[in-house]
Amino acid sequence: MAVSERISGSHTVGRFKSTGVRQREIKRFFTALLYLLPSLILFSTFTFIPLIRTIGLSTYLTNPLGIAVKFVGLAQYEKLFSTPVFVNSMQRSLLFVAYTVPTSIIVSLGLALLGNLRLKGISFFRMVFSVTIAVSAATASLIFKYLYHPALGSLNYLLSFLNIDPVPWLTNENTALMAVSLGTVWLQIGLNTVILLAAMQGISEELYESAMIDGANYWHKFRSITIPMLSSTFFFLIVVDMLAAFQAFTQIHVLTSGGPLDSTNVLVFSIYREFYFNGAYGFAAAQAVMLFLIMLALTVFQFGVLEKKVFYD
Amino acid sequence: MDYKLKRILTSTVFYIVLMVVAVIVLFPIWTAINISFLDDSQVAQYPPQLFPTHFSLANYARALEQAPLLRYLFNSVAQSTLVMLGQLVTACLAAYAFAFIDFKWRNVLFLIFLATLMIPWEATIIPNYLLIKKLKWDNTFQGLAIPFMATGFGTFLLRQFFLKIPKELHDAAVMDGCSSFRFLLTIVLPLARPALGTLAVYSFLQTYNQYLWPLLITNDQTMRTVQIGIALLQDEERFMFNTVMAGVVFVLLPTFILFIFSNRQLIRGLTAGAVKG
Repeated sequence: MAVSERISGSHTVGRFKSTGVRQREIKRFFTALLYLLPSLILFSTFTFIPLIRTIGLSTYLTNPLGIAVKFVGLAQYEKLFSTPVFVNSMQRSLLFVAYTVPTSIIVSLGLALLGNLRLKGISFFRMVFSVTIAVSAATASLIFKYLYHPALGSLNYLLSFLNIDPVPWLTNENTALMAVSLGTVWLQIGLNTVILLAAMQGISEELYESAMIDGANYWHKFRSITIPMLSSTFFFLIVVDMLAAFQAFTQIHVLTSGGPLDSTNVLVFSIYREFYFNGAYGFAAAQAVMLFLIMLALTVFQFGVLEKKVFYD
Repeated sequence: MDYKLKRILTSTVFYIVLMVVAVIVLFPIWTAINISFLDDSQVAQYPPQLFPTHFSLANYARALEQAPLLRYLFNSVAQSTLVMLGQLVTACLAAYAFAFIDFKWRNVLFLIFLATLMIPWEATIIPNYLLIKKLKWDNTFQGLAIPFMATGFGTFLLRQFFLKIPKELHDAAVMDGCSSFRFLLTIVLPLARPALGTLAVYSFLQTYNQYLWPLLITNDQTMRTVQIGIALLQDEERFMFNTVMAGVVFVLLPTFILFIFSNRQLIRGLTAGAVKG
């Protein structure tokens, strides 16, 4: 508001705008609106109104067709915290975040450091390290389904060379979420590596040169230049990967369908199951609202910290 | 001399490390290709075969014959193309207004566009599913594509690019009686080709890899997208892993081609969010 006032303020003389200026201003507003209209209509129809309707739906009991029949206030939310379904899937999602986010960022940092070496043919390796950006979650999950297969899969076979006993990957409730996470980490490293590499290439060469004059070795340069210069990128990746982890669905659907014993029933899979199979639209909507609140908190946190950083810069 | 030797040694060590890491990263993809060439008895034996003994497209022929993969592929490409074109149009128009027109509430409206980035699709999926059902848009291309045709990210990306075009150019053109829409078509769009390419590749790939939404709103064999179709292959007992992996390679092929030939645009799209704008 304040800023647009300031922009239009340049056209005004004193306190009163002449009618010509006002008319032109109104015309400009409607011209702009015309350009924005296609997006605004689509956003309203498929984003903003559905969000409000989700919140509305979460205060109702519905019939199996998803039509609200009885207002129940916050009863669905009480149910969220008193029944094991939501508490379990919340816990599963948090574990999934804990398994995937740090691992994929650390692995990607290693890949990006390798990809940032000055060697002949390095662009080929950069391409290889970022290859999973071209792989969909569905196909990656199918490949891991084979790798994890108890009788035919090659992963346990390869591990036997390291004297590791066969792992029950997807068939045991203690290992299933880890197995899903491993596939997810592989899927995620392409994107993380691309972003880290771009950030590394943005670090000014002069910093390294002056460090070299001061006699710094590789480890020194890594610790006191690379890592600090990448801090905002790490922060970005942590938030983006957390958001992605909270939204995970495809891997679960293909690999485990939420099992065994609900051990991989993460938040979005639970939402899907509650409304699509159980017809519990209100209960699923309450879970969707919780998902929205988590995402909102994460993004607000990101903007808050970033803004602070920009401020201190 | 000593210095030179040391340099050769270190770069040899680096190459070995790079090689080993590359093999590990590529191992799942290699697995899919390898399995897709094995015959039925080979894929069922233990220990598993890590290299194919012969080159045969029999599993590909079988996958294509027994599941309508080509139809699935057509559906996915059609959906992705529609979303891509839709996003290009809506984002261009919106970004143009944000970059070139001074209007009241511009910042508020821009914030509304950015706010859409904070709302996860999964949080709005129930009302959207009910809406599509009510419109009888399930199993249709409009149901698959129209909900995704506006993009906060794309608008932001294009706006950043448009802002680099001197505003005087716009003012001069308008002064000369050029309509603002013609200015967009004849001046801005040709200049913005790299940014448009980035958005196009990015939105195509995102849509092609979609899973949850097509799973919800398509159940007709002829309208399934390729990601869903391929995932359903494994549920059917009659398909062995070699056929499924042939299908996987088939599905991956278009995105790999996109990855290799539009690498620069793709990477620019993916890193756009990470770089301070």
